Amino acid sequence: MDTAHSRKERIDRGIKVRSDGIYALMSFRELSYLTLPRLIFIVGMLSLPLLMPGMYWQRVISIVCIYSLLALSFDFLAHNVGLVSLGGAFFIGVGGYTAGILNSYFGIPPILTIPLATIIGGVFCTVLLLPCLPLKGVYFAIITLMYPLFMARIIEAFDIFGGTDGLIGIDSFSNSWVEQYIVIGAVLLSLFGLRRLVNMDLGLIFTAIMDNDQAVKASGINITHYKALAVFIASAMGCLGGACITHIYMWSGISQFALDFSILPIAATVIGGSGTLIGPVLGCLILVPVSELLRDFGTLRIVFYAVILVGFILFRSEGIMDFGQRKYEQFERQTKI
Amino acid sequence: MKNQAKKKGPILRVEGLTKHFGGVTALKDVSFEVGEGEILGIIGPNGSGKTTIVNNISGFIKPSSGKVYYKGKDITGKKPHKIADMGLTRTFQVMRPYYSLPAYKNLVIPLFSPRARRTGGWRGGGRLGDRHTVSIDILEEIGFERDSYIPFKTTSTLPTGYLKRLELARCLSLKPEIIICDEVFSGLSMSEISSMVPLIERLQMEGITIVMIEHRLRELFRVANRVMVLNFGEKLVEGSPDEVMADPQVKVAYFGSEEVEEVMTYA
Amino acid sequence: MEIIVYGTINSVSLALMALGFAMVYGVSRVPNFAHGALYIICGFSCWIIMNKLGINYFFSIFLALAINGLIGALMYRFVLIRVRGMNISEIIGSYAIGLAILEGLRWGGFKGMTYTLPVFMEGSIIIGGVPVDYHRILMMLIGIFLVAMLWIFTHYTKIGLALQGMAQDERAALMLGIDSDLMATLAMAFGAILAGIAALLILPLGNIVVESGYHVLIMSIAVCIVGGLGSWMGAIVAAFLIGFTQILTVVYIGSHFQMVVAILAIILTLILKPSGLFGKQHELEERV
Repeated sequence: MDTAHSRKERIDRGIKVRSDGIYALMSFRELSYLTLPRLIFIVGMLSLPLLMPGMYWQRVISIVCIYSLLALSFDFLAHNVGLVSLGGAFFIGVGGYTAGILNSYFGIPPILTIPLATIIGGVFCTVLLLPCLPLKGVYFAIITLMYPLFMARIIEAFDIFGGTDGLIGIDSFSNSWVEQYIVIGAVLLSLFGLRRLVNMDLGLIFTAIMDNDQAVKASGINITHYKALAVFIASAMGCLGGACITHIYMWSGISQFALDFSILPIAATVIGGSGTLIGPVLGCLILVPVSELLRDFGTLRIVFYAVILVGFILFRSEGIMDFGQRKYEQFERQTKI
Repeated sequence: MKNQAKKKGPILRVEGLTKHFGGVTALKDVSFEVGEGEILGIIGPNGSGKTTIVNNISGFIKPSSGKVYYKGKDITGKKPHKIADMGLTRTFQVMRPYYSLPAYKNLVIPLFSPRARRTGGWRGGGRLGDRHTVSIDILEEIGFERDSYIPFKTTSTLPTGYLKRLELARCLSLKPEIIICDEVFSGLSMSEISSMVPLIERLQMEGITIVMIEHRLRELFRVANRVMVLNFGEKLVEGSPDEVMADPQVKVAYFGSEEVEEVMTYA
Repeated sequence: MEIIVYGTINSVSLALMALGFAMVYGVSRVPNFAHGALYIICGFSCWIIMNKLGINYFFSIFLALAINGLIGALMYRFVLIRVRGMNISEIIGSYAIGLAILEGLRWGGFKGMTYTLPVFMEGSIIIGGVPVDYHRILMMLIGIFLVAMLWIFTHYTKIGLALQGMAQDERAALMLGIDSDLMATLAMAFGAILAGIAALLILPLGNIVVESGYHVLIMSIAVCIVGGLGSWMGAIVAAFLIGFTQILTVVYIGSHFQMVVAILAIILTLILKPSGLFGKQHELEERV
């Protein structure tokens, strides 16, 4: 068709139009239109460990889930609260060390250290980030980028918690099934929990803080309080991931503060679609296995996802999720002008 | 109904307010009082420090020196949300709605605040109902057509008139005792203003004290009980609208002779 | 005496590192997180030109600087220009580019002891009982000369004034016929060249290692944040502040804490006074 005399037209699919309202669901077809994508995702996530060929790839699934937790926390903070935190490594490190210390110094079993590390780590991160909460934009991003570096240097300089060697001899999970279903459960729980939270009135407050914090102040609401709450939620998720990583590798060390944990979740979020919450998880499902495949090439994989990141920022900033959603809910056709 | 507000004790008292920005003095020793239930107009040329006064009173800026008393309590330098929680609210000159949200969800946010929960919103009797219902009720009272799609439209698509009302609605959902309006008339068409004026008068009837900062002198002089004139950060005159208009100082410093005549003939 | 001499040298090298970062941010408001990568890449390109192509040291320096400027300009023209104004995308984008360059170099086998640049002048003199080699003195002199030249450049030349105008108000500058994209590209190129100069002055004192790219990035962020983002004077004062503090901690506490000082400086400055020592008052924007 001659493009000069026609243009592309996007039309909502009939079911989409009807299901946007409240009273529209009339048939199983329409019900399944809404629930099928979610169902496929949940069932897919739950059956992943069964489908994986061996121990190695099952481990990769666990790592995917941990990165997903981080990416979720980044996405939530950045696109629902307006705090761009580049300090994913900070959350992982704090959670990892908390779990490690609880386990190796106090002998608490993993089943207790993980929830404890989640709460204690979340509180610790929130308290440390509390003075930075009034900062905005670049300033908050830079300061959160510095925190993990600072923690790593402090541990190195004071030679505490095993210094550069880290804490070794930490208990592992009782078996790999427990390990995987704990992390997968954590991802699903935080994903759907966050989606619910964002649509509640509390989530509206977060959106409002992102949109326009002055007006929220003028509404008689203490924004520091709500920002702290959001940071606590996000950092607790990161700490949960960190605690799991410590028990998976039976080790916690300075490399848990490494920049890997800050940059990969961001790349996953950009690729998956920012602000969608499910996008980051999809991004991790794609990025982490690919980077595992490239493990033989050493640091080249960092180059690889840095390049992908730049590519997506430049050419497809909406991300996979928005793209897919559009294709699912609308169809395109050429119409004559 | 002008000048009929009963003289009660001052609800807001500002003493010797001074604010420097670096080397610039934006406000210099400004003092005034606002009586309960009164409408005070503050006028002055651009850059005379009107908005700075609002920012200082509402806690968005800390004054360099001077005191602000609200209901006899010193609120100087308190956090904005604390001051709003006490019942002193403000609108913004550059409107600040939450552009990504629909209009009615804009009000869910102030209704979420501790004060709204205590008082139940503008019309609430101490208990807050469902926030979404309450917010649509408030929007209807302030002039958003109920049963139309307007309260559900995304805020970024609303015209200025509705946004100004939304600013007022945000203050009202806190059940305020005093509202400081920073240029609610500016940018509105004549018909929009003429529907806004009765609203202001109604708020006064309900016992809400209002401080209005305006450029639209005609409408301001119609509703205000007293008017204060600022020039270069200093208080020039204060008095009833008639006194202010008659003052020769004001003529020279601010109005320019032509406009005064225009206003005079109108009044 | 030792502290004064080493402190001054350290401060000057910090100022050199940060100059490019401060310049780019000051003009185009782009926080160039690829600064460290540009620094390292200049060192390596100079080494390659000299050792693989056999061109003499003097010319290879200029060639390397030119290449660096080109890389900076290209980076702005093709990548950063598209995310202009979105601060977070700028940070993530430029950081990703820097990461790709640095890790790419590491993957390409650029590590180990073989990569060194010769010093400009051999020998040393003794200042107040402390031996200082000529190269460090030269470095200081060039550093001071560079700052002076930059000052003259921004205050008295047409391009410099245009850059200053852009930094103050981009829209107004656009209205006066200054092509803001061209200027930002130029600024980016200058920034890259400044990073290169810093690299060529500092790197001969040790090996060229990829890790120092991250180090340089953090140090220049520290200097710029403490001095106030976008303020030149602030950056220089902050360089001396951090430089001397670092030397003092190294002497009295331990060398492990050198980096801690820089990071702590960033964190404390951002918490206590985000606009830095010489940053502009943000309160002013509220006034109408």
